[in-house]
Amino acid sequence: MHELGITENIVNIALAKAGEAQAGKVIQINLVIGEMSGFVPDCIQFYFDTLSKDTIAQGAVLHFELVPAQLRCRNCSTIFQPQDTLWTCPKCRGQSIEISKGRELYIESMEVE
Amino acid sequence: MKKIEVIQNILEANETIASRNQQLLDKHKVFAINIMSSPGAGKTSLILQTLAKLKSRLNVAVIEGDVASTVDAEKVQSEAKAVVQINTRNMPESCSLMAAMIESALKDMPLDNIDLILIENVGNLICPSEFTLGEHKRVVISSLPEGDDKPTKYPLIFIDADAVIVNKMDLLPYVDFDIAAFRHSVEGLNPKAELFQVSCKTKEGIGRWCSWVLEQIETNDTKR
Repeated sequence: MHELGITENIVNIALAKAGEAQAGKVIQINLVIGEMSGFVPDCIQFYFDTLSKDTIAQGAVLHFELVPAQLRCRNCSTIFQPQDTLWTCPKCRGQSIEISKGRELYIESMEVE
Repeated sequence: MKKIEVIQNILEANETIASRNQQLLDKHKVFAINIMSSPGAGKTSLILQTLAKLKSRLNVAVIEGDVASTVDAEKVQSEAKAVVQINTRNMPESCSLMAAMIESALKDMPLDNIDLILIENVGNLICPSEFTLGEHKRVVISSLPEGDDKPTKYPLIFIDADAVIVNKMDLLPYVDFDIAAFRHSVEGLNPKAELFQVSCKTKEGIGRWCSWVLEQIETNDTKR
């Protein structure tokens, strides 16, 4: 729902890093996005194509590494993946749960020339 | 072609402005609370009740975030020390307040004459969970007609909350809302969150909520 602002940040970071590396063109941007973060890759790519127009990042491919949600039981420390919206530990049936993976949202690396 | 390592948080731009906001607030000894909920859960009503209860002890200002209109700002105008309305309709994103919007709102506020800012976020349980504003505490309101499954459906906003308020308690006889189940889900997601049962209509629970607000301000004052 708020991919436009996010994509603006992606373009800004990519252009700054490409500038630092004295690159002439951004070929690919590798992003890591957690399943829980609520961002939609297709939507980010759509905005990216518009926002990167007439910059050295125009035409760059966005590659998304999606990180599945991983939960941790606070009672018995079991790590598990949520099966549905009800978060229950498969081992002790506890419902005191924290997210250990799945909220990531960062640029991992870029390919430039 | 060469590969360059980046490892940069995409939300960093927002977070940098948010921490600048908090520094500014701390410099002027202002405490800020970010109030989030779905539309109609009672953010404005809670702000009005909080103003009524605390305005004799504190100078309270309000930042209103809405997609459009100044309806909410008008409602709180007479009670608050200062009100700034942010309309997100013309912003890059309309679904949530963001740190940069608060930064410009703070420029219009007499910070030296304010003790507490209540920030009413855009009615939405998804987007506001991703953006910090520079607030000291994050509060989520759930109201009885919405059902008791909101923490299960929208966990992120509850995970990061410092307090969860159940509003419209006066409707309990008329709706199927299992308070114990709601409490159980919130405690599972976020054992540290303080839970308040209130009715902005009958004023039930408003006193306890306002005492909590005062305690948080006091604790924060001793830290800075």
